[in-house]
Amino acid sequence: MQSSILEATDVEKSFVKGDKRIVALRGFNLAVAEGSFVTVVGRSGCGKSTMLNMMAGLTKPTAGQITLRGEPVQGPRAEVGYLTQDDTLLPWREVRRNVEMPMELQGVGKRRRRETAQELIELVGLQGFEKHYPRELSGGMRRRASLARLLAGDPQTLLLDEPFGALDAQLRTDLQVELLRLWRGSGRTVVFVTHDLEEALLLGDRVVVLGPVGRLLLDEPVEIARPRDPDDVRVDERFVHLHKKLGAALKEGAL
Amino acid sequence: MTTPAVDTSGGAPSSGSTPLEEPANLTWWQRYGDTTIIWTGRLTLLLALVVLWELLSGPVLDPLFVSRPSDVAERLVGWVGDGTLWTHTWITVREIFGGYLLGAVTGMVAGFAVASQRNLARIIDPFMMALYSVPKVALAPLFIVWFGIGLQMKILLAAVMVFFLVFLNTVAGVRQVDRGIVDAARLMGASRRELLIKVTLPASFTGVITGLRVAIPYALIGAVIGELVASNRGLGYLISNSAATFDTAGVFAALVVLSVIAAVVNMLVDMLGRRTDRWKPLEREPS
Ligand SMILES: Nc1ncnc2c1ncn2[C@@H]1O[C@H](COP(=O)(O)OP(=O)(O)O)[C@@H](O)[C@H]1O
Ligand SMILES: [Mg+2]
Repeated sequence: MQSSILEATDVEKSFVKGDKRIVALRGFNLAVAEGSFVTVVGRSGCGKSTMLNMMAGLTKPTAGQITLRGEPVQGPRAEVGYLTQDDTLLPWREVRRNVEMPMELQGVGKRRRRETAQELIELVGLQGFEKHYPRELSGGMRRRASLARLLAGDPQTLLLDEPFGALDAQLRTDLQVELLRLWRGSGRTVVFVTHDLEEALLLGDRVVVLGPVGRLLLDEPVEIARPRDPDDVRVDERFVHLHKKLGAALKEGAL
Repeated sequence: MTTPAVDTSGGAPSSGSTPLEEPANLTWWQRYGDTTIIWTGRLTLLLALVVLWELLSGPVLDPLFVSRPSDVAERLVGWVGDGTLWTHTWITVREIFGGYLLGAVTGMVAGFAVASQRNLARIIDPFMMALYSVPKVALAPLFIVWFGIGLQMKILLAAVMVFFLVFLNTVAGVRQVDRGIVDAARLMGASRRELLIKVTLPASFTGVITGLRVAIPYALIGAVIGELVASNRGLGYLISNSAATFDTAGVFAALVVLSVIAAVVNMLVDMLGRRTDRWKPLEREPS
């Protein structure tokens, strides 16, 4: 096993609201190996987004520590790309200029920006919509534009929060394939949050199931040969076995 | 659309279902019908009111108090002829623009400066609200003491009124900037400066524009109040002077000019607003 690139140690995160303290994560530990594809599943409200927020450096743990390559995460870094659950395209920029934004901030020249943006827009299947404003797009299209923008920053580590939840089945499959293609052999690390067990097993090297306040319910290597065909994998023995196991773990954790 | 992507071995994903775009082929009436109706209605209403005023003035209402449109028109023509109108209008217009510019620029700069420091904004807030609530007319005597009864005093009075509206709306605009968008820019590696220029400024634009827009009539109000309180020039002076000599036609004539100035200025702002609203959701706007 390779060394871990992202590591959470005894992390606790709570939010003070009035005289109450809302605990989102407690005693959370996770080590993500460099170059691996980890999928995280869990009921809504179990702290998945909070975990990613801290890994991305948007918020700091209340206690414990998160490290990236052994260094505590102090704030956002360009090498970590984060596709948040909510839509954060800039509404006053057209799709193309939104996709160009990370490159703009990195000081990439205008010509290069245009070219790369165009490639990425085609990659996510948004050609023809370069000049549209986010509000003129459907939810799924905005999601794809966000994905293109994320890739434009060329991050080494990708944190994805339910990225394909709003897409129809066909598009979802297309983008899953595309994501795997981008990941394989690239050395990139992916932490992929989803509430869809099938998606988790189809994509991940390793699947982690979280329960209330981020309790680790299950942590299993997936070990299904790649490339995984979405149709064939559903009848794969290991897949069926894991699917049952994950479902049971989720149910148990809810109690 | 080409073949559905059965083959998932690579290549660009299908773009899902693209909306169908086609020429709208609107007739002249579909395109401009609404506008035509609205403007015809407006002109008819104006004409009806003027005619009604003319007819009632005399038989029903005392012309000494309400004058009549024909007298007002006559007075206007007279003023245009002897140059009175132009002299006084020019003074007032300069006060309005001077006051507006001064108030708007200082309001925006102060607004951004204060709003970028969250605690500073909270500390200053009650003071600003208190000052904002003071009727600005009450400042006029003080301004006369400080600056005399010339142009300066009216410009400053107008500027003070404009300042608060622009300032408060700018602060509100900056506060409303979506946290998620700011975070997204931070994730992409934006520096503080880049955040301000590429995110905060454009994101708070709607608030700033609202402030700029609602402040316009107040520049006019500030200038005219200044003139009414103390002056020997300008449209406000023309009004008070005419009223003092019981020349109601003169009062109305000056009011007509003021309304025209207000309408023109409002139209300018509307155009400005429309240009910056392009990223708002598309409504029924052909062409
Ligand atoms: N900013 C916040 N303030 C207060 N409570 C929060 C905040 N962010 C998250 N929480 C709470 O923390 C818990 C976990 O939230 P989240 O990480 O978004 O869950 P998930 O992404 O797994 O659905 C929830 O109970 C949520 O209400
Ligand atoms: Mg979430």
